[in-house]
Formats: sequence, structure tokens, C-alpha cells
Amino acid sequence: MMALISPPEKTTSSRRFRDSDLWYSFRRSPTALIAAAMIVLIVGAALLAPLIAPHDPFDLATVNLMDAQTPPMSVSLMGNYFALGSDIQGRDVLSTILYGSRTSLFVAVMATGFALIVGLTLGIVAGYFGGAWDSAIMRIVDVQLSFPAILIALLVFGVTRGFLPAATQDAAAVWVLIFSIGLSNWAQFARTVRGATLVERQKDYVSAAHMMGTGRFRILFGHILPNVISPVMVIATLGLAVAVIEEATLSYLGVGVPPTQASLGTLIRIGQQFLFSGEWWILFFPALVLVLLTLSVNLLGDWLRDALNPRLK
Amino acid sequence: MTATSDALVSVRNLTVDFPGRHGNFRALDDVSFDIMPGEILGVVGESGAGKSMAGSAIIGLLASPGRITSGEIWFQGQRIDNLPPEAMNLIRGKRIGMVFQDPLTSLNPLFTIGDQLIETICRHLPLDRVKARLRAIALLEEAGIENAAGRLAAYPHQFSGGMRQRVVIALALAAEPALIIADEPTSALDVSVQAQILTVLKELCPKRGASVMMITHDMGAIAETAQRMIVMNKGHLVEAGPVSEVMWKPKEDYTARLIGAIPSIRDKTRDRPEPPVAEPLVRVEGLCRSFDLTGSLLERVLSRDRKVNKAVQDVSFQIKRGGTFGLVGESGSGKSTCARMIVNLIRPTSGRIMIDGKDVWEKGQPRRKGATQMIFQDPYASLNPRWRIGTIIAEPLAALSQNSSEIEDRVAELLRQVRLDPAAIRKFPHEFSGGQRQRIAIARALASQPEFIVCDEPTSALDVSVQAQVLELMAQLQDEFGLTYLLISHDLAVVRKMCDHVGVMSKGRMVEQGQVDAIFDAPQAAYTRMLLEAVPDVARFRPAA
Amino acid sequence: MLIFVLRRLIQSVFVMLAVSLLAFVLFQFAGDPIEAMVGQDATMADRAALRDRLGLDDPVVFQFARFIGNAVQGEFGLSYRLQQPVLGLIMQRLPATVELAVTSTIIALVLGTALGVLTALKNRSWITGIIMAVSLVGISLPTFLIGIGLIYVFAVELHWLPSFGRGQVVELGGWSTGFLTSSGLRSLILPSFTLALFQTALLMRLIRAEMLEVLRQDYIRFARARGLSERVINFRHALKNTLVPVITVAGLMLGSIIAFSVVTESVFQWPGVGSLFIASVQAVDVPVMSVYLMFIALLFVTINFVVDILYFIVDPRLRADSQKRA
Repeated sequence: MMALISPPEKTTSSRRFRDSDLWYSFRRSPTALIAAAMIVLIVGAALLAPLIAPHDPFDLATVNLMDAQTPPMSVSLMGNYFALGSDIQGRDVLSTILYGSRTSLFVAVMATGFALIVGLTLGIVAGYFGGAWDSAIMRIVDVQLSFPAILIALLVFGVTRGFLPAATQDAAAVWVLIFSIGLSNWAQFARTVRGATLVERQKDYVSAAHMMGTGRFRILFGHILPNVISPVMVIATLGLAVAVIEEATLSYLGVGVPPTQASLGTLIRIGQQFLFSGEWWILFFPALVLVLLTLSVNLLGDWLRDALNPRLK
Repeated sequence: MTATSDALVSVRNLTVDFPGRHGNFRALDDVSFDIMPGEILGVVGESGAGKSMAGSAIIGLLASPGRITSGEIWFQGQRIDNLPPEAMNLIRGKRIGMVFQDPLTSLNPLFTIGDQLIETICRHLPLDRVKARLRAIALLEEAGIENAAGRLAAYPHQFSGGMRQRVVIALALAAEPALIIADEPTSALDVSVQAQILTVLKELCPKRGASVMMITHDMGAIAETAQRMIVMNKGHLVEAGPVSEVMWKPKEDYTARLIGAIPSIRDKTRDRPEPPVAEPLVRVEGLCRSFDLTGSLLERVLSRDRKVNKAVQDVSFQIKRGGTFGLVGESGSGKSTCARMIVNLIRPTSGRIMIDGKDVWEKGQPRRKGATQMIFQDPYASLNPRWRIGTIIAEPLAALSQNSSEIEDRVAELLRQVRLDPAAIRKFPHEFSGGQRQRIAIARALASQPEFIVCDEPTSALDVSVQAQVLELMAQLQDEFGLTYLLISHDLAVVRKMCDHVGVMSKGRMVEQGQVDAIFDAPQAAYTRMLLEAVPDVARFRPAA
Repeated sequence: MLIFVLRRLIQSVFVMLAVSLLAFVLFQFAGDPIEAMVGQDATMADRAALRDRLGLDDPVVFQFARFIGNAVQGEFGLSYRLQQPVLGLIMQRLPATVELAVTSTIIALVLGTALGVLTALKNRSWITGIIMAVSLVGISLPTFLIGIGLIYVFAVELHWLPSFGRGQVVELGGWSTGFLTSSGLRSLILPSFTLALFQTALLMRLIRAEMLEVLRQDYIRFARARGLSERVINFRHALKNTLVPVITVAGLMLGSIIAFSVVTESVFQWPGVGSLFIASVQAVDVPVMSVYLMFIALLFVTINFVVDILYFIVDPRLRADSQKRA
């Protein structure tokens, strides 16, 4: 049946995208364009960190204490140039930021993906099958949504670490972090997807599909899923910003990634020690990148929500 | 240009524009008309005609970004289209009142109706709260609300839809306005309630000295209430004049076509060869369905009596092969629940549904897949917006597992059968109008070569002219393929036009059933008689030829 | 009404039991309590005796029942890290957290509501544009960065306000308050604004969205058609309908603030329950973690319960529903 329409599909769907309201409003929105450009810049730099960073800040062979505490745009005692200065161990701040945002983005994206898969699956099951499934899942969602995500992430992190043997705690820290942040954010997805599924489920095209003997699986994934995806996109974008903030907060509190894998939050935690002593750049630049990243993602999410909401047009 | 001296409202060359992404949309184009003191002016037109826009423009509540780009509106000798907002605010409610379509959303749910009435009265009239309260009670009583003094403290949700519309009318009349703009005041209501609300508007407004601008798509309502009418189409004024002339001696083609498309409960059923007497295709016996509304487990334990809604109670009827059975009733009568049980979407509490001798709810009696199909009310919701037309129509074929080139040929053939261009295959539902979408839904229903199609309000979301076309198509297809229809509708005229047998449902029970002409011409049950009398029917006012 | 309250109560008890089970599991299986309690040189016999005394060999159900029994009596055992009764530790630090949270909640509620209503009513004004932009920055900034920023400006550069601690406190019958001394009040300013800022931005955006939604409703259009003044429409009709769902948000906000106080307390070295919890997570101090878990759960369940009852009182639709049922 899909074969019926597949040959011209590619060209028409790309044209459909170019003709779509979404693309139109994207090109017309300066904030969306700037935010997208900023995200591409940060993500690109993070991905290419091993290629473009002046050195690997976690490779002790490339670090020299004589380089320590060089201000931005100046040359150290060793004759090395530091665009954004160096920290107390002589590491290049620009390099630590590149590697740090790599860790931050990895954790945030994985955690959001994890939350999305769990939330989408449970939400669609709750909305479509209803009954006991629905009440069980939504009860958990209600309880969880009344607790702030950061607290749940902290608790899950603490509990999971409590179960792990001390030796593996550092090695597993990143995965534990992804698990805890993901687990703290799935409920938002589940609630949105369930609501949208409930609306779609009682629409007549679903009844029509039932009558035609279309299987439940196909109804769920062929009919309902494509129609609930718009709100999921919005939540996923805004959720990514939340995940970045959560990761930074946990790492800042010293319960996130271990120092050997420093994320933006860890860098800020380290930099805060120099707040009173005048080495502002160790704190300022990681904080700036973090804020630009979350702000851009939030701006994009905000724009997406307005663009996809037909009532605001 | 100045106003006609004795008119209450003079609209002169009014043009309203909505600038938007796809260029400017002209909602009203050079429209001029008058409303005389004390008269009821009917404004009719199909959706998109601009009739609501004319009402909103007069009361100064055009939705953004719409605005008046040229023309004038004069009210009681004063030009009001260019008044500053504060001055217009003093006219609204005081001198011009308005009644909206949906009484369920017109009242603020968090305030009692007494609060809302008294605040309106005190805003416009120099009365203290005690006198305002007395006036509120008097208004409610005149609008037909019993025990008005006691009900002032009630919240809107404690009233039925019809009662709320009465409250809304009382609110619109609160400050003795000279004009009431009623925008589809009965469209959201049941037939029997519609008639009552029309009566209130027709009698109360002139008594209170108010003219009425009655905006509606329902010709019957105009024929029933208005003295003069204007006909609008796509932002233009087509024709204006006394109701008797415009309706029965229209000068314009458009008006004639519009009037011609309206079915009447007095029209005879379409001529069809009597189907050969055979065993009935569909037999419904003792069908019941209840919904348990008792809440949680705890409530079940604590409260003794269950709240059970008996949606359908002991309904039995038969449909002849090749025949059309109409099921009529008001909202909540259980007719749609019946339909959904027949097409296997809701399981009956008890009773049997036999189609072609097989019980549809009995396992182990499989009928051919797709032998029963359904056409739904809302053509916007019945097609998946993310699927192409080709995929949508092919969906039942996929369940029957045919190969893809056969499917493509079949889809094209189906589109031709419902008078659509086969090129539609690659388009998406949003590229089609409501009537075209309903044709696509019919094509989908036909795809599996059904013998029996359940049609749940197939035309009630469509304009009259489109409704006529869709009904015509349904009739042709029935003759061509020997289809059997179950037609569910609240519209008695549609049922009379299409059906050979009819059943009348009320509160879950079958009140009366039989041959369509017998029921319509000589109804036995009191409920049927009431229903037939309540229909604002155009033909009733047709002058003898 | 009775059924409604009863149902809510039963739900709350279930949530508490579920959380207790979680806390119990954590207590029981995360790390070996015996290892944590005995010294290096304890013999196998000593350990067995201790296991027996603590009832660790009883069936798990009995152990859980005993855990609940102890919890109800306020008996939670000793902190591994500090070797003090957990409940005492928490009670001793509670006043600091409560005072911080209450101050922040008031700031966020007042500012958030006022700004939300203002920006909804002046939807197309440039002021709204600026406020919305600032609020977006507000929700994009992690709380700890706001705190660091405020410390840098007001403590490091301007020397106006202290950068850490509670200042002087006064003991009032076991409750140590910072409200009564000037140094206590001055110490409160930075952390409470840090904590309130994110919530203010969030609440303001929520109220604005809700109010814009309400302003689109038919009954507002009808109120216009009735000729009511803008003031009455905005502040009587629209505001009341806006504030009903906001009750829930305000309840959640109080909870949120207490949760985020973990971060703020850490930034400002505020001697509250939150910084105790962070130290416990870092040291895997299981008893403190599990008690904090139950404490937070109790708090949230109580807030939710109160919110539901308030909702019930404010919305006539709910009230009438249950009257019909009763």
C-alpha cells in the first residue's frame, strides 16, 4: 500500500517541507534563525572538539603548570597563546569548554532521548488502551510531575549510586547521570502524548480504521503517532534545555560527572573558587557558553511551539 | 453619502479586509443594507459568506487582524464605524446587544448568572443593586426561565443549553438596546429547543422595542421569524427584500439555487423502484447499551446506587436489502450509539445485531471483511490529515490484501465514482473542501465493496448546496451498487428525502417506526408530532401556487 | 465532598507508602548497614548478633512494617557520616530552609502574577517584548549561575550584601530565625531572590499564556458585547478564570522552591536541609537520603492535598458535581 505512493514521495515531501508554514515562519523569524545558528555553532564545535581544540585538557602530557592562570588573549610564561586564558592547572579554557560542552551535550541529548522513548511509549499506551493501564501510568505521572525534575534526578542519582559498588561509581557516573536526568523528564512527554492520543483516538479516522480491520499496531503507529508528533517536538526541544541545565546543576553540585570528564557544570564549579581572586575568565567563559546554549534551545523551542500552534496564527 | 433617515442601522459600502500571509482576504466587499426600527432582518448565506462578519462589524468586535477598510455604518443617525473604543464600549450592551451561537461558552463559568446580569444592568442603567436584581428577575422570567428569583444564584453549568441561551438573550436585552444581533442563535441547539428560542427572539425583542439582525444559515429559521432578508455569498450582498419575495420569487440565480437545495419535511421521498421483497439484510433485536458513570472504586464502595446511563434501551428494527432506514432523534437520543454498535465499535450490553443472517458480535461467525462500512459526520476528522488521499482510500483494500497496481487502479476508479479527479490520489486532505472530503470518505467506504453502509449525520457539517450534492451522490451510488443504508440524522428533511423507513428515537428508546410517508404525514407518537411541528420548515411558509 | 476528600486522603497515604517502600529498599539494600555500623575488628559472631538484634534476619515484610512503625514515631536511625540521629539533624536545619523557601515563594508569587497579568493585557506593547525576553533568559539561566552572578555583583564588587551563611540568628523555642536581626535579613536577600527568579519567570509565562487563552474565550467576547468596561472584563472576569488553574501551579511552585533550595543552599552555603542532602548524596549517607526522600514526599503530598481542596472550593463546576453525587 505504501508502494502506491512511494516513487514520487521524495521530491514532493521535500517540496512540501519547503512550502510548509513551518519553514515559512522559520525563515521569517530572526530569533529562530539566530538561535538555530547558535546551536549549530556550539554543537558543531563540540563535535569537532578533538580536531579544533588547541590541546586535550585531560591529557596530562599536554598540560604544563607554568601555563597556569594566563589571562585571555595573552601569552603565558611558556610562550603559549591562550585565547580565553588558562586555569590553575595550566589548561586552556577554550579547550576545556570545547570538551566540556561535548560531555554536557552528550548527557543532555541521551537523557532527552531516553525520556522521549519512555514517555512516548507509555503515553501512547495509556492514551490508546485506557483503563487500568491509563490509571496506573497517569498516577505515576501525576506524582512525578508534582516533584521538580532536579530533585528526582538528585534522588535517582543518589539511590543508583547507593546500589553501585564504590569502585565502579566514577566509571558509570555519566550513564547514571543520563539515567537520572532521563527518568526525571519522561513524565512530561507521557502526559502530553497521552493527551494528544486521547484526542486523536476518538477522531473518526481512527474509528474508520478500526472498522476496516486495520490492526491495532498499525493504527497506533500509522495513524496516531504521526498526528501526535508536533507537541512532542516542542517538548523535546524545551526538554533538551532542561536537561542541559540539570546536567550542569548536578555537576556543579559535585554529584554529576567525575572531574576527569569535566562538563560545563564542573568547569563552573571549579571556576567559582576564583570568583574572589580575580581570575574571572575561568568561570565566565564556561558560564557564557552554557547560557548561550540553553537560551538558544529555549528560543527555538518557544518559536516552535508558537509556529505549531494553529490558534496563534 | 448619508444614512437613510428612518433606518435604525444603515450600512453603506462596507468593506472588511483580513490582511494575511497569502495576501489580503476580503471578507466583506461593498455591502450596503438597512435595518428598520422594530423589524427582524434575516441574514443568510453559506459558510464564508461574510454574514457573521457583518454583525461583528456593526457591534465593533471584528476579530484581529480584520478591519473596516472602507464604507460607513450609521446607527440611530450617528456614525459608529469610526468611534473611539471607549465610545463604542458605551454603545455595546446599552444600545446594541448580541447573542452568540454557543450558549455553553458564552457565559463565564465562575460567576452566577445573577452576578452577570446585575453587573450588566448596573453598567448601563442608573439602578442600585436591589433594583437591578428585580430587573434581572423580570428579564429572566420574560425569557422563559421559571423560578427566576431562585435561579439567580445558580452557575451557568447548572442550566441546559436551551436555558443558557435564554439567559444569554436576557443579558443581551438587559439595558433595553435598540438592536439585537443574533449570530446563529439556534445552530448549537436541538430542534425542539430551537423552536422555543426562535419564539423568544421573535416575541420578546419587538416587545422590548428591539430590532433583530438574525444571522443564520437556516432558511427555515428566517422564514419563521424575519420580515425582510438579505442573502450573502462570498462577501457580497446577493439580494435583499421582503422574505416572501426573496424566498419564493428570487431574482438572482444564486438565491434560487440556495432555496432549491433546501430539503423539506413536506417533500415526498425520492422516487425509487421498490426493492424486491426479500428477507431483511439487517435485523436489530432488543439492543441495549448502558454506560456506568460511577467513578472510582472507592465511590462504588461508598455510594449505594450506581449511576448508570441507559444510552440505548431495547431497540429493534429491520432494514430491507437495498433499502434505506432513517434513524432520527435529538442529541442524547442514543442514535449514534446504535450506529457504533452495529459497526462493531461499541459492544452492546444485550441484544443481537444480525447482518446477512450472522451475529456481528458473535465470534466464529466471520463475515466478509469490509462488508459493512461507515461514513462519519465530520469530514475534517474522518480522514487522517497526515495521509495522502490514495493511501486513505486504499486502507480497506490493504486489509483485503490485494497487490499494489490493482489497488492503484481501484483507487482511481473509486475517485471517478464519487465524481473526483483521480489526480487527487497524491494530495492531502487539507487541500479539499468539506464536501469533497465527504466524497473521499464515501470512496473509502466503497473501496471494500460493502453491501451495507452506516451513515452517521453525513451532511450535517456541510452547507445546504453541498449537502444536496452529497445526498444526490449517495442516492446514485445506492441505485448503482444496490447498497443498503442506515442513515442517522437529526435533520428530518434529509431523512424524508432519502429513506423508505424511519425510526424515531428519544432518550434511548425507539418511540415510533414505520414507512417514512406514514410517519411524517400521520405521526402517532406525541414526541414525533412535537418534533415535526418544531422544525422551522421553509415549505410551511410557501405561498399556495 | 466527603468522598472527594477521602479519596484524596487515601491516594496520599498510598503515595506515602510507596515512597516509604522506596526509602526502605534504599535503607535495606544499598550498602550493608552492618558494615557501616561495626568496626574493622568485629568477629563473625558479633556481626551475627548485631544482625539478630536489628532483626535483619526477619522476613522482609516484618522489617518493612517495623520500618514504617519506627518512621511514624520519628525513629530513623543514625547518619553514617555524622553518627547522629537523622531526625535531629533534619529538624535542626529545617528553619533555615523554611524561611528561605517562604520568602522566595512570596517574591515569586507577587512578581510573577503582576508581570504575567501585565504582559497578557499589554500583549503587543514593547514592554511585553522586553519582559518576555528577560524572562526567557531567566528560565535559561541555571539557578546556580544566577546565584554566582548575584554574589559577584552585590558581594564581590559592591560589598553591599554578604555572600554566604545566614548571618545572626535568634532562637525562639527551638526555632532559629534570621528574620529578627538585620544581618539575618541582609543574608536572606541574595539567596531568596536567586531562588525566586527562575520561578518568577516561569510563573509569569504561565499566567500570561493562561490569561491570553482566557481572553480568547467566547464569554470574554460576550462580556465585550455586553458593553462591560475593559477594567471589569480584565480584572474581574479574565483574572478570576486565569487564577483557577494557577492554584495548582502555585502549589507546585512551593514544592519546586524547596527542591531548588538544594542548589541555592549549596551556592550560598546556607545551613539548611538541602545542603545536608547534597553532602549525604556525595558521601552515600543512606539513612539521611532515605529520610530526606520521605520528608520531601510528605511535603509534596500535603501541598497537593491542600491544592486539590482549594481547587474544589474555587471552581463551582467541581463543587456542583460532587453535590449531585452526594
